[in-house]
Amino acid sequence: MDAQISFLDRLFSAGLLLDTGVDGLYGRSGRFEDVIAAFERLIDRTGGSDGAEVIRFPPGMNRAIFEKSGYMKSFPQLAGTIHSFCGCELDHVNLIQCMDAGKDWTKEQQATDIVLTPAACYPLYPVVAQRGDLPADGGLFDLQSYCFRHEPSKDPARQQMFRMREYVRMGKADDVTEFRQLWIERGTDIMQRVGLPVHIDVANDPFFGRAGRMLVNNQRDQNLKFELLIPITSTENPTACMSFNYHQDHFGTKWGIQFADGTTAHTACVGFGLERIALALFHHHGLDIEAWPEQVRQELWG
Amino acid sequence: MNEAIRELLAKVGGLPVAVDQISDEEDLYNAGLSSFASVQLMLGIEDTFDIEFSDQFLNRKSFASIKAIERTVEAILKNNEDA
Repeated sequence: MDAQISFLDRLFSAGLLLDTGVDGLYGRSGRFEDVIAAFERLIDRTGGSDGAEVIRFPPGMNRAIFEKSGYMKSFPQLAGTIHSFCGCELDHVNLIQCMDAGKDWTKEQQATDIVLTPAACYPLYPVVAQRGDLPADGGLFDLQSYCFRHEPSKDPARQQMFRMREYVRMGKADDVTEFRQLWIERGTDIMQRVGLPVHIDVANDPFFGRAGRMLVNNQRDQNLKFELLIPITSTENPTACMSFNYHQDHFGTKWGIQFADGTTAHTACVGFGLERIALALFHHHGLDIEAWPEQVRQELWG
Repeated sequence: MNEAIRELLAKVGGLPVAVDQISDEEDLYNAGLSSFASVQLMLGIEDTFDIEFSDQFLNRKSFASIKAIERTVEAILKNNEDA
């Protein structure tokens, strides 16, 4: 914990991140953004020739789709919903009085049709399903979005609003598991090229509660999730900077993503935690980008 | 016990086939049992038999077939008696 606070303080002092008063919610400086942009170009150079369809969703998604996705069954503790004032003029007067009195004014807020996107690929699946039959060679998509997870922390590598770059592959089981393996190798190579120590490990999502314990065990038993780990604020508990997820036919079945012959598509996704990768670079190479090793600067900025 | 498990499976399993079409040894996941349905099945079994699955039993193998569920419940009951 001390190492986390100390690194966060150093990032604030250096002006790389800007304190907003809420743990896990930070402004980013131009230098911080420059690192993220350069790393994304490196991702583009690695995966760009695969011909993925580029789609960018805003950081909010359709609440009905979110509900159907089952996210609340697994991660109710992480979800964020968007509420707004929907009252009349009298309600407005009451609202202002309530705020002036320092009371809880949020109770009368109404849920809107939008929730905060929990992972960049969540809005994708129903959109692809709506298009009709998946082509015989499946689909490949390139996504990036700010995501929200309600987990306030002093660890700068655990932010509540952060960007996730993803490639999503839809296809036959073999196609999507090959895609996942390819990106495990590519991800390891990219990180080594920018001078970051990595290791790959079996992982699980933070499923909620005791029932979630069973989902955790299932996920690990079946090797459905791997993470690429880099030490940032701790060497004992390195930070997951990429994840490689095989969903089997979960999303295919959920959203009806099918081939023309009626078989259900399997899906896999590879995610880059962009802020975490930038933080790993700052941790390992120092807060002064100009002083980073020449080879690392060459890989990122050419 | 077999009957009670089959009753729960019919109620929360969400299987595309009738439970009486499934043999005791048949793989429930191949028969269409989802991860979430297996969690609901686990909670239902805890309630029905007044037991609690410890971490060692919270896995796919425990729910792989009706027979496997019976063995798991028996093991938990025996653990409780021994404790």
